[in-house]
Amino acid sequence: MNYITLSIALIFVLVPITLSKSLKLGLEKDTFIATIRSIIQLLAVGYILHFVFSTENFLYIFLMITLMIAAATQNARKKGAFIKGITWKLVATFVFVEILTQSILIGLNITPATAQYVIPLSGMVIGNSMVLSILFLNRFTAEIEAHQEESELILSLGGTPKQAIHRQLIQSIKASTIPTIESQKTIGLVQLPGMMSGQIIAGADPIQAVLFQLLVLFLLLTTAVITSVMLGFLSYPALFNERMQFIYRFQNE
Amino acid sequence: MEKQPAIFFSNVNYKRNDLHILKNINGEIPSGKITTLVGPSGAGKTTLFKLMNGLISPISGDIYVDGKHINDYQPVQLRHNIALALQQATMINGTVEMNIALPMVLQNKSLPKEKAEHLLELVGLDGSYLSRQVKDLSGGQRQKLSIARTLVNKPKTLLLDEITSSLDRVSKRDIENLIQKINKELYTTIVWITHNLDQARTIGDYTWVMMNGELVEQGDSTLLDHPKSELVKQFIRGDES
Repeated sequence: MNYITLSIALIFVLVPITLSKSLKLGLEKDTFIATIRSIIQLLAVGYILHFVFSTENFLYIFLMITLMIAAATQNARKKGAFIKGITWKLVATFVFVEILTQSILIGLNITPATAQYVIPLSGMVIGNSMVLSILFLNRFTAEIEAHQEESELILSLGGTPKQAIHRQLIQSIKASTIPTIESQKTIGLVQLPGMMSGQIIAGADPIQAVLFQLLVLFLLLTTAVITSVMLGFLSYPALFNERMQFIYRFQNE
Repeated sequence: MEKQPAIFFSNVNYKRNDLHILKNINGEIPSGKITTLVGPSGAGKTTLFKLMNGLISPISGDIYVDGKHINDYQPVQLRHNIALALQQATMINGTVEMNIALPMVLQNKSLPKEKAEHLLELVGLDGSYLSRQVKDLSGGQRQKLSIARTLVNKPKTLLLDEITSSLDRVSKRDIENLIQKINKELYTTIVWITHNLDQARTIGDYTWVMMNGELVEQGDSTLLDHPKSELVKQFIRGDES
């Protein structure tokens, strides 16, 4: 594929713009901006990756991963603003997940320690971890608000903060990881995963593409569960003070 | 010698979101008696209960429990000593047995069945209730279960927040008798928030009248018949008209 064929592919952008204009949907501006942004962002990433792959310098790999973690933290922290120190709790979670997955992949010789493997796999792991964090924090907020009286009851009877929030924590961990597990059950039946499709289009052997896709699925399963569990157990103590008092401020206050 | 108060408040203030909910509270809850807390909604009565149970702390002032500063108690120990039963009688999903055993489960212990049955009998429910789902209980039965549950930790003081306000006359009478029985037989200090001034007169030995976050009057329950403060007189007239 080259830039000429990509230019022809812009027909796929003209179709929605034309339809939007004729049906007065008002989506032309957003479609145009989205197209320009995706072209600039992806080309920039492409050139950066091209440069990093050609140098094979670990410093650049480290910088790329740091950037990914910083962006993921920035995105997820808004959802957990009610938790004191959420920024560092998210950073700790993303760093732990990244180190654990890369240690297994590289340490057990599953993938080589080259930029070509480390960067895309890190992107998938950190990106998935970020989505899981947002899902977890959203659900955790809802659970805390819905079961405030139950938490107060347990504390008033002499229960610990962990006991007071246990049910909400477990429900939030379960609810945030279920989509990852469920989507794995139907994968390949409804649609082919993006990475696998990309490899097949690029000429890779479908069996090799499937093996790689399975590796990614297993990786994301670990990422999902560890992210929710770790973020949950790092977060809940910040909802209480040393006198075992619930200091969470409710949305309706 | 004068008996030490169960709970003593000294210049206690509490604020939340810039709202001054309790203003300079100075007063005592006499030990071994039934104290009623009366006053209009929003007077700060429930907040006062949460302070006594240690669910919140004052922004200034001191609270003493049996002569010892409240902060010198471990929170768990304090909450075992001063139990709280709220109007809504919150339950965890499941059976009566799960709910009555909750205080023990929270200590990683179990509540023997005979003990659970004894507590249920004390509040006027029998052992057959143990296997029932709490969602199938009536309002009065939930309140009785809530009181039985607070007794598991053998508290010295029991805080009751409008526990009879949504009950019919018969259930209300049952619970009043039960609280008097607990007070006399177990020597438990009772603090009872009530909107019903007749209830405060007949059940209470001692009364606090609270208005707008202030403790306006305190003394023997007869004060409700001869209040000194004009505000309290107005409140009592308004309530009884």
